[in-house]
Amino acid sequence: MPAVQETVERVKRIDVDQYRYGFETLIDTEKAPKGLSEEIVKFISQKKNEPDWMLQWRLEAYRRWLTMTEPTWARVEYPKIDFQDIYYYAAPKPKKTVTSLDEIDPEILKTYEKLGIPLREVAMLEGVEPKPGEEDPARRKIAVDAVFDSVSVATTFKAELKKAGVIFMPISEAIREHPELVQKYLGSVVPTSDNFYATLNSAVFSDGSFVYVPPGVRCPMELSTYFRINERNTGQFERTLIIADKGSYVSYLEGCTAPQRDENQLHAAVVELVALDDAEIKYSTVQNWYPGNSEGKGGIYNFVTKRGDCRGANSKISWTQVETGSAITWKYPSCILRGDNSSGEFYSIAISNGFQQVDSGTKMIHLGKNTSSRIISKGIAAGKSQNTYRGLVTAHRKATGARNFTACDSLLIGDKCGAHTVPYIEAKNSSATFEHEATTSKISEDVLFYCIQRGLSQEEAVGLVVNGFVKDVLQQLPMEFAVEAQKLISISLEGSVG
Amino acid sequence: MALLEVKDLKVRVEEREILHGLTLTVNEGEVHAIMGPNGSGKSTLSHVIAGKPGYEVTDGQILFKGEDLLEMAPEERAAKGVFLAFQYPVEIPGVATMNFLRTALNAQRKARGESEYSTPDFLKKVREVSKSLNIPQDMLKRGVNVGFSGGEKKRNEVLQMALFEPSLCILDEMDSGLDIDALRIAADGVNALRSPKRAMVVITHYQRLLNYIVPDFVHVMSKGRVVKSGGKELALELEESGYTQFEDAA
Repeated sequence: MPAVQETVERVKRIDVDQYRYGFETLIDTEKAPKGLSEEIVKFISQKKNEPDWMLQWRLEAYRRWLTMTEPTWARVEYPKIDFQDIYYYAAPKPKKTVTSLDEIDPEILKTYEKLGIPLREVAMLEGVEPKPGEEDPARRKIAVDAVFDSVSVATTFKAELKKAGVIFMPISEAIREHPELVQKYLGSVVPTSDNFYATLNSAVFSDGSFVYVPPGVRCPMELSTYFRINERNTGQFERTLIIADKGSYVSYLEGCTAPQRDENQLHAAVVELVALDDAEIKYSTVQNWYPGNSEGKGGIYNFVTKRGDCRGANSKISWTQVETGSAITWKYPSCILRGDNSSGEFYSIAISNGFQQVDSGTKMIHLGKNTSSRIISKGIAAGKSQNTYRGLVTAHRKATGARNFTACDSLLIGDKCGAHTVPYIEAKNSSATFEHEATTSKISEDVLFYCIQRGLSQEEAVGLVVNGFVKDVLQQLPMEFAVEAQKLISISLEGSVG
Repeated sequence: MALLEVKDLKVRVEEREILHGLTLTVNEGEVHAIMGPNGSGKSTLSHVIAGKPGYEVTDGQILFKGEDLLEMAPEERAAKGVFLAFQYPVEIPGVATMNFLRTALNAQRKARGESEYSTPDFLKKVREVSKSLNIPQDMLKRGVNVGFSGGEKKRNEVLQMALFEPSLCILDEMDSGLDIDALRIAADGVNALRSPKRAMVVITHYQRLLNYIVPDFVHVMSKGRVVKSGGKELALELEESGYTQFEDAA
């Protein structure tokens, strides 16, 4: 684990108040007025040159939202959000149409550089201008669809994806260019009426990614979106829709960091995945948003609805997440196992430190025959944080032969934090086999001393033990992410002991 | 200059004094056995030397190569050459033994201002040492001590001792939980590490271990003090007559 050393060095340089990604990019921004009304919804739709059907869809969601109340069942506490005190639209002012990375605002590119995202390197050296004959096919490629604030400003690798027939573009573009696909699938997994935040998102979503993989195609590269919340007081409402047609495969990486803010920022994304017969979608997230300072001030509120629909027989959807940031996390990437023999997976590492509150887990809804699901959740609580796993496993009465295996492990660091496990298990079919294992442990003084006696510092020892604890899940991440995630884990646990 | 000088050491754990003024001098190349009944303070001594938290030194001092050991953080002591072979080595799930060995070795080398081992050099070294200790390569891929037998755990301790090349090895009850074959393998490994530059402090209840690791000196501890010191024959004497004769001496 050579990353451990590097991790530890980073940890030493950073403290909670010096959030590494807490910088602001100075670029012109175009904003809608604060607050939410039908006019604002129309404004957003108009800004994006949307067709009327899209506007009507948004308005219907908006009207629905007005009748809804915020959910309060999660084990998180925060002051009431004033939804009229939020900007619902902000976009970098377009200078001209972007056709290559060169034309992107250098400030934006600099931001990515600071984040350590080799957008230029990856896109330019490997994708946009590959030297003929020198391309190393063994090297894995990542296509980056960068969402900066609310508008996608860079889309790379288009040519190669096009060759494979894969559509990967900002959803705002897809609405105009592929209305038949968007109309067919948008809201088909997370309906506009699904829940308070998903409904809000449906009304005001700014942008996000759209992916369509045609039948039988194995997407030639990992698709990746890095985005950050940048504008003060701007709620971010991404909307992502991924469709894997029959027999296709796609792996999608989502990584996020946000700059430091004193005001709490609301983030309510919706991600919908659709896997048709024999298709597979792998969705990986590393989330590192600003968690608030050492007194618990500031930080992102993350209320996300992520759901995958294994619509076809033998389809598979796999969620992997590493959650280290945000003041409040409310997130349950789920699978609807509709197709016979379909399978769902959820691998999660949720780390909370300081005053962070995490209520996260998954739902595995078994509808089809012989469906299977697997949940591996690793919760790590440090500081004064609260970390809750909340999971639902349910078998419909027709879900003959449904199988689930769940393992929830919690690790406590220090004695002021809390770890909670709230499993809901419902089997309406007597042939269902559901297994649930849960453990809670404290990081033991004896283990730490053993490592320290071998020459590791306290922090190195904690990093090593924690990385061991989460290894099962880290292994599920694509290589590029695994390294980053390993660093994040140690960074986010900085100052948690001693 | 002695390698290790423990002078009139008094140690408390939660208001209770465990060591009441212990003195011990260990020179390079020497092997010292510390024997004594349960609760005599043998393990406390080893923990205080290694720097385990939870012990309060109220008086006395410990010099290591002439430096004040008690002023050093436990990881500094490790880097300076203090090695404790644990009575009960802990399990660290998910951390491959090989990875642990390399991380620890490089941490120590870095603390000493030395360059990190290159991967081939490291692997070569590990292979060499593990072979001599009869440790299969497969074991090194498993989590640290996870699912290891008692014998494997102790061999893993000896493996680390061989890799880190400490100048002072403290073996805390190395024979506990070992059958005779496992004990012999571990002891052979320790004996191979005896050198004129290295000292060992062997803590044990029983004479048995000292048949395999033959000490130069034997100290008998009782109630937080060294009550008798002698040559290796003292261990045999103890085996005959037991510890009770020293209870009053303390």
